[in-house]
Amino acid sequence: MSTTIVPGTPGAIPQISQIPEAVIRIAGNSQDGIQAIGGFLARLAGRSEQEVMTFMTIPSTISGGPSIFQVRIGSGEVLSAGDEADMLLAFYQHSYDNHLGSLRKGGVVLYDSDHVKELLPENLSKYRHVGVAISGLTVEAIGGSGRDKGKNVFALGLLARMFDLSVPKLHKLLEERFTGKDPSIVQNALNCFNAGYNYTLATAHELFRLKPGENVGHNQVVMSGNEAIALGLLAAGVRFGAGYPITPWSDIMEMLRRELPKYGGTFVQGEDEIASVSMAIGASYAGRVAVTGSSGPGIALKTEALGWASMAEMPLVIIDVQRGGPSTGMPTSVEQSDLNIACFGGHGDSPRVVLAPSTVEDCFYTAIEAVNLARKYSTPVILLTDQGIATRIEAFPEPDLKKVCQDISPDLSPIADHKPYDLSAADGITRHIAPGTRVASGKYPVVTGLEHDELGHPTGSPKLHIAMTSKRRSKLQKLGRELPVPKVYGPSEGQILLVGWGSAQGPIQEAVKTARAAGEAVSGLHIKYINPLPEGLEQIFEGFRHVFVVELNDEGLYGYGQLAAVLRARYCNPKIRGINKVDGLTWKIREILDRARALAQ
Amino acid sequence: MNSLAFPFVPLNRTGSIPLTPVPSLPDSDRKPLTKKEVSADHPTWCPGCGDFSVLALYFKMIEKRKLWHEKITTVAGIGCSSRFPYFVQAHGAHYIHGRALPFASGISLSRPDLHVFVFGGDGDAFSIGGNHFNHTARKNIKLTYVVMDNQVYGLTKNQTSPTSPLGRKSKTDAWGSADRPINPMKQAISAGATFVGRTSATSPNHVLEMMEAAMDHDGFSFIECLSECVEFFPGAFDAAIPRKGGKFELIPPSHDVTDEYAAYRLSDNPWPGQFGIFYKVNRPTKNASEAKIIADHRAKVTGLADWQILQKNFDRMK
Ligand SMILES: Cc1ncc(C[n+]2csc(CCOP(=O)(O)OP(=O)(O)O)c2C)c(N)n1
Ligand code: SF4
Ligand SMILES: [Mg+2]
Repeated sequence: MSTTIVPGTPGAIPQISQIPEAVIRIAGNSQDGIQAIGGFLARLAGRSEQEVMTFMTIPSTISGGPSIFQVRIGSGEVLSAGDEADMLLAFYQHSYDNHLGSLRKGGVVLYDSDHVKELLPENLSKYRHVGVAISGLTVEAIGGSGRDKGKNVFALGLLARMFDLSVPKLHKLLEERFTGKDPSIVQNALNCFNAGYNYTLATAHELFRLKPGENVGHNQVVMSGNEAIALGLLAAGVRFGAGYPITPWSDIMEMLRRELPKYGGTFVQGEDEIASVSMAIGASYAGRVAVTGSSGPGIALKTEALGWASMAEMPLVIIDVQRGGPSTGMPTSVEQSDLNIACFGGHGDSPRVVLAPSTVEDCFYTAIEAVNLARKYSTPVILLTDQGIATRIEAFPEPDLKKVCQDISPDLSPIADHKPYDLSAADGITRHIAPGTRVASGKYPVVTGLEHDELGHPTGSPKLHIAMTSKRRSKLQKLGRELPVPKVYGPSEGQILLVGWGSAQGPIQEAVKTARAAGEAVSGLHIKYINPLPEGLEQIFEGFRHVFVVELNDEGLYGYGQLAAVLRARYCNPKIRGINKVDGLTWKIREILDRARALAQ
Repeated sequence: MNSLAFPFVPLNRTGSIPLTPVPSLPDSDRKPLTKKEVSADHPTWCPGCGDFSVLALYFKMIEKRKLWHEKITTVAGIGCSSRFPYFVQAHGAHYIHGRALPFASGISLSRPDLHVFVFGGDGDAFSIGGNHFNHTARKNIKLTYVVMDNQVYGLTKNQTSPTSPLGRKSKTDAWGSADRPINPMKQAISAGATFVGRTSATSPNHVLEMMEAAMDHDGFSFIECLSECVEFFPGAFDAAIPRKGGKFELIPPSHDVTDEYAAYRLSDNPWPGQFGIFYKVNRPTKNASEAKIIADHRAKVTGLADWQILQKNFDRMK
């Protein structure tokens, strides 16, 4: 928060500082609606042509409990949710005690003086303290019902004052949020907000104004990664899905269950993950790529069926929203430890495609690509996201839906003859015809998990097993050659190349920027297509002395994380090493750089 | 971003096979499929296996009821009996052990134009697939499920199955099975199946009658068909075979098929029990309830293209 002083507004607190971006951490209990304040701020940023990224923790107990929501709003590029907060909004003593450390020195802590009573003297000199009786004033604002429900909206008013946010836009967001409800609810919300906004922040020495956003002219949409995936699947033409609830995948299935009927589609809650993947495969076989998904433990249950889809070469999209594992592990924490199961999980040689989106926008488009790849290569495709990207909110330019939406309904017109596993097909790719298609030759295909001949009938012939195994492998090697070669972020030569995948892209790019600003020769590389890998990576690696793979998973028995191990196996290049952690939190820029510098010693 | 590395491409359905136009025949001009036209691979079953009879009667039903190749889909899991789809000349799927029902449900729920038939064994249905059996029945998904019950694991060569009678010796119970067997009729009725029938491969006319009734039922229709494994459990069903001195006893016509308790009591008759329709009621299928949900939702978006429906979601996210 580097500040430029602009002349004060008459009658108000004298000093308003213009700032390019702000990191605000809201700490309280989840039942106080702190996610809602964060959501309002994110959507406001989206409507103000600003960039925004959020980070939240979900309490692991049902009844709620301590939770945080961090929002980073910037007029320029926002690549991560921020290492340190500029402002902490603390609702309780525990929020104050546990999160003060996340505030940068000199940052502002805005606290509810009705709940936060113990302020350590050494903190008073380190951070600017602004106490407001948030609970009491909320009760007052809504007419003394004795309950402080609505204090989140009061606090939003305070923040609007503190950061000079657009009041008309926030009023509109509040109204939209509560439309359809009792009008008195809308009025209460507005009362709370206005009371917060009009509170004279006399103890704050400084107010802030965010620089106008630079994304002018773009219509922005604001959503979470999970929402973007669900909407991407709808745009891709998916009309059938099946799943079993598990955090953090459930949001996607809930949204698809709500939305699909509008498009004539169905989402089924299966009795378990095996049933769900099987229903999805059945529906894919019936002619239209279907989707299933889960998180770690449920993905493990799906692997036998995945092997079938690989063998039968059935298109299918499987979403894996990773969380801390193994087993029930750390269900509400972020981790990237399912790369191995995604690429290799299962029995036998069972090639499949694995993709990992890096941003919320990328979730939307990658969901469409997953469907298109499943169709084009007649293969299961796993889309790997993680708890971090699933729940974080970002703004991105609104897609041109008329162009993006696609129709993937099956062609059921009669056909002269058909061999799904045709070994002489010029492109080497299997093509299924859906049941309902009449074959004039009278010879109908069977799809099967047994090794088979070109019509799908079982065979024990070693020759055919060799030919078909190679067919299943070759089509993905062909895809590997078609994949776009990833671009280096920063110069293509230097000391250190930071390689990442999935949600690590933002933090890595920000780390690169920070290091470059300090004169260090650091670049970044993001790998989106994990299996198969694109070509040209070894040439990229040649430009650097060190290649560090930054992953949220364990360093493993031999010192390499999961992607690092794949890259080492593929390139036999000893300069590939790993930077790993499993603390359940996304990367901090400082962490990446400290670890990279130490490793490069 | 905004541009896809892999945009939509139309698929070439036939690979190297030339795409010649196929004249479509009105159904009225099509002759019923003969046994020859509807049989594919020669069955790999042991000579004398009861499963042959079930296959022959499936063919017969296809011919009799004028079902076309492309209108039926035959699905199975894993087991001797589950090899079924390879022997049928029609669209078919040989899926994984125990999971044929959810696979078939995916077809049934997305393709109302198809008849979905599922065949399998007792292990496939009641052991590894037991939970799928219960939930497919409960959801009343429209499909026909024929379990070829030989009371043994045939394909894996004589282990105890969930329907093996108490005391039956097998490779996994050398001293005789100690676990109470599942009663398929009770299982199906209590799970909520809306059509529950029982037959025996040795009574062909009855098998055909049951299959036709099952096919005509709007809902989850389940048939247990006793089908002898001559290799590992010969003589298992002699008590139900008149030719072998047994008795093939039909359910008395006085039985009210909509009476769940009566059906349950019938299921308790001493071995070999009775044959026919134990239970049959009409309850909305999941296919119908999902269709209703869809119709209600579609009514709210009439006249909108898919992208316009999606646009409404995006508008709410600004
Ligand atoms: C996951 C899995 N576990 C075990 C097997 C091995 N297996 C194949 S068939 C079968 C039992 C078959 O018994 P049943 O379903 O009664 O069919 P039958 O052969 O008697 O017709 C078993 C255990 C398998 N194919 N897959
Ligand atoms: S082993 Fe038994 S069930 Fe299998 S084919 Fe032979 S007789 Fe039939
Ligand atoms: Mg059996």
